[in-house]
Amino acid sequence: MILDSKIPEGPIEKKWTKHKFDGSLVNPSNKRKFDIIVVGTGLAGGSAAATLAELGYKVKSFCIQDSPRRAHSIAAQGGINAAKNYQNDGDSVYRLFYDTVKGGDYRAREANVYRLAEVSANIIDQCTAQGVPFAREYSGYLANRSFGGAQVSRTFYARGQTGQQLLIGAYQALSRQIGLGNVELFCRHEMLDLVTIDGHARGIVTRNLLNGELATHAAHAVLLCTGGYSNVFNLSTNGMGSNVTASWRCHKRGAGFANPCFTQIHPTCLPQSGPHQSKLTLMSESLRNDGRIWVPKNKDEKRPANQIPEEDRDYYLERIYPAFGNLVPRDVASRAAKRMCDDGYGVNETGLAVYLDFKSAIERMGHAAVEKKYGNLFEMYEQITGDNPYETPMMIYPAVHYTMGGVWVDYNLMTSVPGLFALGEANFSDHGANRLGASALMQGLADGYFVIPNTIGNYLADFLNVEVDASAPEFEETLKNVQDFTERLLNVNGDKTPQFFHRELGKIMWEYCGMSRTLEGLNKAIDMIQELRKDFWEQVRVPGDCKDINQALEQAGRISDFIELGELMCKDALNREESCGGHFREEYQTENNEALRNDEDYSYTAVWEFKGLDKEHELHKEPLTFDYVKLAQRNYK
Amino acid sequence: MKLTLKIWRQKNAKDAGGFKSYKLDDISEHSSFLEMLDTLNQQIMNSGDEPIVFESDCREGICGVCGLVINGVPHGPGRGTTCQLHMRSFKDGDEITIEPWRADAFPIMKDLMVDRSAFDRIIQSGGYISVNTGSARDANEKLIPQKDIEKAFDGAQCIGCGACVAACKNASANLFTAAKVSHLVVLPQGKVERSERVINMVEQHDKEGFGSCSNQTECEAVCPVGVTVSNISRMNREYARAKVKNFFNATRGGDKCKK
Repeated sequence: MILDSKIPEGPIEKKWTKHKFDGSLVNPSNKRKFDIIVVGTGLAGGSAAATLAELGYKVKSFCIQDSPRRAHSIAAQGGINAAKNYQNDGDSVYRLFYDTVKGGDYRAREANVYRLAEVSANIIDQCTAQGVPFAREYSGYLANRSFGGAQVSRTFYARGQTGQQLLIGAYQALSRQIGLGNVELFCRHEMLDLVTIDGHARGIVTRNLLNGELATHAAHAVLLCTGGYSNVFNLSTNGMGSNVTASWRCHKRGAGFANPCFTQIHPTCLPQSGPHQSKLTLMSESLRNDGRIWVPKNKDEKRPANQIPEEDRDYYLERIYPAFGNLVPRDVASRAAKRMCDDGYGVNETGLAVYLDFKSAIERMGHAAVEKKYGNLFEMYEQITGDNPYETPMMIYPAVHYTMGGVWVDYNLMTSVPGLFALGEANFSDHGANRLGASALMQGLADGYFVIPNTIGNYLADFLNVEVDASAPEFEETLKNVQDFTERLLNVNGDKTPQFFHRELGKIMWEYCGMSRTLEGLNKAIDMIQELRKDFWEQVRVPGDCKDINQALEQAGRISDFIELGELMCKDALNREESCGGHFREEYQTENNEALRNDEDYSYTAVWEFKGLDKEHELHKEPLTFDYVKLAQRNYK
Repeated sequence: MKLTLKIWRQKNAKDAGGFKSYKLDDISEHSSFLEMLDTLNQQIMNSGDEPIVFESDCREGICGVCGLVINGVPHGPGRGTTCQLHMRSFKDGDEITIEPWRADAFPIMKDLMVDRSAFDRIIQSGGYISVNTGSARDANEKLIPQKDIEKAFDGAQCIGCGACVAACKNASANLFTAAKVSHLVVLPQGKVERSERVINMVEQHDKEGFGSCSNQTECEAVCPVGVTVSNISRMNREYARAKVKNFFNATRGGDKCKK
C-alpha cells in the first residue's frame, strides 16, 4: 500500500485554490458520461449526490433507510461551525483551522483542516439559500453561539435540531435532482461489497432489504458516505442502524483504515437506566454554554440535588480549568467526569453520573430565555427521565458518540483504492484524535458540497469514454462472495441471537478500549474478541431466510464486521503508546491526568492494511508535519 | 411489569395479516416502548421463531422512522414519537394493542413496517428551493425577521413520520405537505417558486392516494413535534392564490405555474 496524501505545494492559504486550478476538469457535456455511486444519504452523501448531479454526472444514490431524510446526521443537535466572524470577536479561517488542529491534539493533516475552515463560510451561505432556518437575532441577522474548545462564537444553529435542518436542506437538494431524473435513488438497499477491476473501484453489490435480492451496480467511481462506527460499542449515541459494514468491506478490498482507535466520548449524554438499554441519548454539548457541571463535595451526599447548597458543590471543571471552565473540549470534559465518578463522587443510583445545572442560567437569563434556547432539549430530557430540568439539575454521563478514525483518504478524499472515495465521518481526515463540537456537520457538508465536486474530476478525467458495466466477471464473482457469506450466516444455526454478540462485544470495547486504555487491558480485549468471533461463527442463530425482510440477518452481518473492527481498534490503541485526544492510555498521562502525547514517535497517521482474516494487519505510517500550528501540550487552564 | 401484547403480524404486502398475542413478564418501567419490543423479540428468537419486524433508528424522536399505532393512537399516549414513549406510561397487567400505520398510500411491507416513499415523492415534486451549490450569496445579505424564521421552523421541524396520515380518517397527508409548503414559503428565498411548488406538491399528494382534509385536526393532535393545522390553512391559501394566478395568466395567454 502506497500512501500519497497528495497535499498540494505552496503556502497553506493558497493550497486549495491552487489545487482546484491544477486539477483536471471534465467539461460539462462529458460529465453525463460518468456514473457515480454514492452510498449513504446523510450530510456527506446527500450533499455530494445532489451537487454531483447538479454538475451533470449520472448519480446513483443508496441508503439503508426507507428515505434519504432519515440518515443519522439528522440527530445532531447543537450546531455547525463556520469562520464567518459575524460576531467581530476575532474569528478567522486561520483561527478555525488552528482551533481544529489543536482540538484534534495535533493528529490531523494541516492542509485538510485548513481547507475545511476555508469552505466553512460557504456552507452557511448555501444552506441559508436552501431555506435552512438558522437562528436569527431580532434584527434579522444570523445568530451564533459558542461551543466547546473555542473562545469565539462561530456556531450557527437551528434551535436544537441543526442536524435535522441541514439534512433536510441536503435532502431537498437531492430530491430536486431525483425529480429532475439526474439521480436514481435506491432506498432500503445495503452495500455489502465493493467490486474492483484492475485495482480500481468499479461498482458495488447491494442487498435489497425488502426482498433480499442481491444486485450489482457499476460506476466510474464509488463514494462511501456511510458514517462512523461508534456502534462497535453496542451502546452509543448512534442510530440503531448505523454500522461499519460498507467501510469495512471496502477495507477488506484494499482500502486502508486509519486511526481506528480514535473514538470520541461525548460528555453530555443521559446515564444508563438498566440492562434493557438499547442506545444512549446525547444532550447537545451546547448545554455546556449555560449549564454548570458539578458533583457533591461530600461522597455520601444524600440530599436531592436542588437542595444541596453552593458551598457543598464542586464545580470541578471551573475549578480545574478556570480559563475554559465548562467549555473544555469533549475528551477533557468526559475524562474529568469519569475521574469524579471513579473517585466516588458520582450521582444517580449507579454512581455513574454528574449534574448539569441550569440554576444560575435561569437566574441570570430568566426562565423564558433559557426555554427559548434549550426548550426542546429540556423537554427531551424530561420525556426520557421523568425529571424537570428547570427545577432539578440534569444528570449526565459520557457516551461514545463519534469516530474520528475511518477510511484513509488523500487530499482528494480518495482512498487507497483508486476510484473509491470516502466522505464525512466515514473518512479519517479532519479531526485528528478529537473532534470539536459543531465540526461534524461542517465536515460532512464541506466534503459533499465543496470538496468532492472539485476533486473527483481529477480522477475521472483519465477514464473518459471508458465504459464500465456490470457484465465484467468481477461483478459476478463479488456477488457470489456476498451470497456465500449470507448463506454462511444463515447456516450456523446456533442458539444465540445476533444481539447477544453485539452486547458482549460492546462490553469488551467499553471496558478495555473506551475512555481509557492500558497495555494489559488491550491485550486481554484482543484475546476476548478473537474468542468472541469464533463463538459467533459457531453459535449465532439467524432466523428466517435471505429472500425476505430479515432484520436479524442484516444485524448479524453488521455485527460480524464490528467484531473484526473491534479487534483492529484494540491493536491500533495498543500500537499508539501515547495519549492524544480521545485516545487515552493510562500509562501516558501528565501529572494533572491530561493526555501526554509523544510527538517524537507517534506524530503519524496509523493506516492499517488488511492482509486476510487470520493474518495480522500491516501498519503503514503517514507522517504528520506541522508547519503552521505550533505543537504544544493542549492546555485549557 | 407483566404485559399482554396484541401485535399485528403480516408476512408480506399481499398477506391478509392478523393479531397475535404475546406475554411478557419482567419489563422495567424505565424501559422505552421499543426496548420492550426488543426484549420480546429476543424472547421470540430464543424460542426459534421469527422476530417481529418494526422500524427504529435514532430512538431520540428525530429520525421519524418509528411509528406504531398503540391502543388505537399513532405513537401511543402522550406527545412524542413511539421511541420516546416509556413503559412508565402503562400499568402492570395492561393489555396493549400494536398495529402499523394504516393508509392506502402506506402499504404494509411486513408486520409493523410500512412503505412511506409517497412522502419522498411529494418532496421530489417541488418541496425545495432550486439553488445549485455555489450560487448562494452571503447568508446575512438578506435579513429575515426572527418571527419569520420561527414560522418557517414550525413547518421545517416535521420529521416525516406519517402519524398525521395514520390518525386521519381520510388518510390525508395534508399536514405533512402543508408543513413543507409553509417552511419554504414564509422565507424570502422560498417565495420565487411558491406557486409551482404548492400546485405540484398538492397534485402529487392526491396522486399518491392520500385523502382530502375535512378539518377534524386529528393530525395535529398526534403530531409528535407539534406541527399545527394553521399550516394547512396557509397551504390552502397558497394553493388558491396560485390557481387564481394561473387563471388570470391563462386568460392573458401567459404561462401556467406548473412544470
